Amino acid sequence: MNRRDMVDRVVKELQGDLPAVSRPYLAVAERTGLSEQEVISVLDELREKGMLKRIGAVLRHQKAGYDANAMVVWKVPEEDMDRVGSLMAACPLVSHCYWRETPPGWPYNLFTMVHARSRRELQAAIRELSRRSGIDEYRVIESVRELKKTSVQYR
Amino acid sequence: MDRVDARILNYLQEGISLSPRPFLDMARELGISEETVLARIEALRNQGLIRRLGGVFDSPRMGMKSTLCAMEVPEARIEEVAQKVNAYREVTHNYLRDDVYNMWFTVTASSQEDLERILQEIEADTGIAVVSMPVRRRFKIKVAFALDEQT
Repeated sequence: MNRRDMVDRVVKELQGDLPAVSRPYLAVAERTGLSEQEVISVLDELREKGMLKRIGAVLRHQKAGYDANAMVVWKVPEEDMDRVGSLMAACPLVSHCYWRETPPGWPYNLFTMVHARSRRELQAAIRELSRRSGIDEYRVIESVRELKKTSVQYR
Repeated sequence: MDRVDARILNYLQEGISLSPRPFLDMARELGISEETVLARIEALRNQGLIRRLGGVFDSPRMGMKSTLCAMEVPEARIEEVAQKVNAYREVTHNYLRDDVYNMWFTVTASSQEDLERILQEIEADTGIAVVSMPVRRRFKIKVAFALDEQT
């Protein structure tokens, strides 16, 4: 098996669930036809290249107590984007912070996802982000219903 | 969920080691046994707190192209349009939101061509414009929720 095939197989397997067993990478090895050492070496390589962020858990945040969430979009002058983007990214309640290209008629160019344990905490966090950044033109776009939530399929 | 569970979840969100016995490494750091770690993870999975334990990849560095899309869908057509949009496996998240644009979804495809084709197909299929808002700069993506270890 060449390296590329090994990478493909490991990625395919690891985008699913890792079993909670004493030697989980051995379990992956058995399913992919690699050795445990090869699995670990592929993962090391992917991590070094920045393609793998970590082997870790993704939580259902509502169940973890974070059930007040909103997408908050901010109108930030481009020349101020560095400062504002970094400031908002530093807030632990902000999970995503992206500067996006936006269409005409949509002036909000910085997108954040804010998560909190209550609506009060959420609103306080948003007000605090506005106060500290000095950006007072923003919209809180709450989710009404989750229509789909899955993971990216890489291979 | 007790203190031990909270510590396990906080640890798992940071990631386990890439050594042959990652849960033993974890157990030693938390001062509990490996058996306890494994049993608790299994229980947290069954309770639905852990959505997934596995590889967390960086999709741009994996060569994927993605964008956030918004549509203005008439109330009466929401189910029909959602069904058409969600049919693509490249659509990973889709939310109904309370704004002028009421349907917001992310598309992550293996090439820019695929990405654009999907958006065009959705427009053709629904007759509704799809507004695409690709990333100019990523400041952060870290979906981790600190759990209180004191309670």
